[in-house]
Amino acid sequence: MTAQLLASTLRVSTPLIFAALGGMFAERSGVINIALEGMMLIGAFGAAVGTLVGHSPWFGSACGMAAGLALAAIYGLFVIRLRANQIVAGTAINMLAMGLTPFLCKILYDVTGSTPAIPIGERFQSAPLYLSWALVVVCFLWMKYTPTGLWVSFAGEHPEALDTAGVRVNRVRWIAVLVSGALAGMGGATLSICLSSSFSRNMTAGRGFMALAALIFGKWKPLPTALACLLFGFADAVQIRLQGVPVWGDKPIPVQFIQILPYVVTVLVLAGFVGRSRPPKAIGTPFEKA
Amino acid sequence: MRKLLQPILAVVVGLALGLSFTWFAGESPWHILRILGKSAFGSGYDLGMTLFYSTPLIFTGLSVAVPFQAGLFNIGAEGQLTLGALAAAAVGALWPALPWPLAPLLAGLAAFLAGTIWGVIPGWLRAKRGSHEVINTIMLNFIAAGIASYVTLYLLKNPDTQNPETRPIGAGFLIHQFAMFGGAPLSTALPLAMFVAGLVWIVLWRTVVGFEMRAVGQNETAARAAGIDAGRIRILAMALAGGLAGLVGVGEVLGNAGKFRLGFSPEYGFMGIAVALLGRNQPAGVVAAALLFGALHKGTADLDLETEHVTREVSLILQALIILSVSAEGLWSWMKRRGES
Repeated sequence: MTAQLLASTLRVSTPLIFAALGGMFAERSGVINIALEGMMLIGAFGAAVGTLVGHSPWFGSACGMAAGLALAAIYGLFVIRLRANQIVAGTAINMLAMGLTPFLCKILYDVTGSTPAIPIGERFQSAPLYLSWALVVVCFLWMKYTPTGLWVSFAGEHPEALDTAGVRVNRVRWIAVLVSGALAGMGGATLSICLSSSFSRNMTAGRGFMALAALIFGKWKPLPTALACLLFGFADAVQIRLQGVPVWGDKPIPVQFIQILPYVVTVLVLAGFVGRSRPPKAIGTPFEKA
Repeated sequence: MRKLLQPILAVVVGLALGLSFTWFAGESPWHILRILGKSAFGSGYDLGMTLFYSTPLIFTGLSVAVPFQAGLFNIGAEGQLTLGALAAAAVGALWPALPWPLAPLLAGLAAFLAGTIWGVIPGWLRAKRGSHEVINTIMLNFIAAGIASYVTLYLLKNPDTQNPETRPIGAGFLIHQFAMFGGAPLSTALPLAMFVAGLVWIVLWRTVVGFEMRAVGQNETAARAAGIDAGRIRILAMALAGGLAGLVGVGEVLGNAGKFRLGFSPEYGFMGIAVALLGRNQPAGVVAAALLFGALHKGTADLDLETEHVTREVSLILQALIILSVSAEGLWSWMKRRGES
C-alpha cells in the first residue's frame, strides 16, 4: 500500500518536474510563463504522434520537445521581440494549444478525442522518472555554478547590470524561453507516452498551472521546486487512491478537498502565510536598451 | 480613429491567419468563412444563439476590463462565474417556492455576491500581502472548480439524473426568454448585460471611485501622492470584477438551464480576456467584442457537421490569433514608425 502510493507519487510528479524546471528557466530570466500549460499540451500531442510514426519513445519525446519548443518560439517572438504583455500572450498560447491539438488530431487521425493507442512496447516505462531527477541535479548545478546559469538569474534580477557586462539580455531570455518550451514539452510527453497510452484531448488538465504553482512554492529554485512537485504529486496520488474509499466511519472523504490542496497551499505560500516566496525582480518587464 | 483601426486590423489579421489554417485540413478558407457567417447569423435561432453566447462574454469582458483600468489582471473570471452560477442555483434549489420578482432578484444578488467574494480574495492578497493577482486568480479558478464539484455532487445533487448537476430551481426563478429566436435560450440577461455595461461606464468615467481606479492604474505613485488609498481601490476593483463575472450565473442558471451544470462554461472567463483586450477595456468596446466572439463561438460550433476535417476548436485558434495580434505592442508601434517616416 505505502510502497504503491510512493511509486505512483513518483510517477505522477514526473511531468510536473519537467514542466516546473522549464518554467524555472523562463521565469528566472524574467519572462513569466503561464503558457506552460499549452506547451505541455502540445508536447503531449507531438510525443504521441512522434511515437506512432517512429515506433520509439525516444523519437516521440524528441518530437514532443520540438513541439513545445516551437510553441515557445511563438511565445518568445511575441513577448520578447514584440513586447506583448506576457500574461495576455501566455493566455493566447494556451488557447492556441487547446485549439491546435484537436484540430491536428482530426486531420491526422480523423478523430478529435484522442490519438490511436500506442503499443506498450513502444511506450516509456520509467526512463522519464530517472531523467527528470537527473535533470533536477543538472539544473541545480547549472544555475549555481556556471556563468550561463548566472546570466539567467541576472536577466531576471538585474537586466541592466547584465547588459552593462556585455551580455545580451534578450538573447539570454530567448534561450531560456526555448529551453522552457522544450522541457514543458518533455513533461507533456511523459503524460502521453509514459503515464498513459495515447494523447487525449486537453489531457494536461491544469498540470501546467500546477507546475507553475510548484515553481512558486519552491521559490524558483530547482531542488525545492522538485520537492514541491513531489508534494503535489503525492496529493494527486492520494486523491486517486481515496476515490470512494471510506475514511471516517462509512463516509468517503470528498476527493475535491484533496484536489484543491496544492492550489490552496500555493495561495498561502505566495501570501507569506507559510514561508515567503519572492519572484525575480524584473519578471514581467520587457527589456529595452536605454 | 487609430483606436478603432487597430482592433479591427487585429481581427482581420487573426481571422485571415486562422482561416488559412483550415487550408491544411483541405478546406477552402472562403468556404469556412461562409459556414461561419451562416451558422452565426443564418436564422433567427442562429442569431439568438450568437447573442446567448455573447451575454456571458459581456460580463466576463467587463470583469477583466474594470481591474485592468486599475492596473490589475483578472485571470479569475472563470472561477468567479462558476461560484456565481453555483450560488444562484443554490438559492433556487434551497428555496424553490419563492415568488417571481423576488426570486430572480435574490438569486442574481447571490450570484453577484459569490463572485465578489472570489474577487475580493485576490484583491486583498495583492493589496495587503503583495502577492500577485495573476497567480492567485489562476489558483482560485481551480479551487472554485473543486468547490463547485463538491457542492454539486455531494450537497445539491439532482437525484433524477446521472448528469453532474444540481437540483432544478423553482419556477419563480426563471427569467423571461425572448420568443422570436426560434427557441434559442436568449433571456433578459442580455439587456441586463448591456445595462450593466452602461453602469460600468458611469462608474469608471463619472464617479470619484472610477477616477481613483483609473488613476491607480495609470500611475500608482502619483495616485498615492494625491492621497488615494491604492490598496482599497485595488480591492474594490477586484470585488466589482468578481461580481460582474458572477452575473454570468443569471443568464445561465435563471435564463437557460434552470440549474447549475458542472462544466457549463466553455472557458467564458478566458474568452473574457480576449473580449476585454479587443474592446480596449472600454464598456462599449467590450460589448462589441463580446458580440464578435459570441458569433465566432456559435459560427464554429457547426463546423464539425458541415465539413470533413475542420472542427469547432478552430474557434480557440482564431481567438488565440486575434489576442496575439492585438497584444503585439511592438508590431503596432513599428508599423506606426514606418507610417510616419
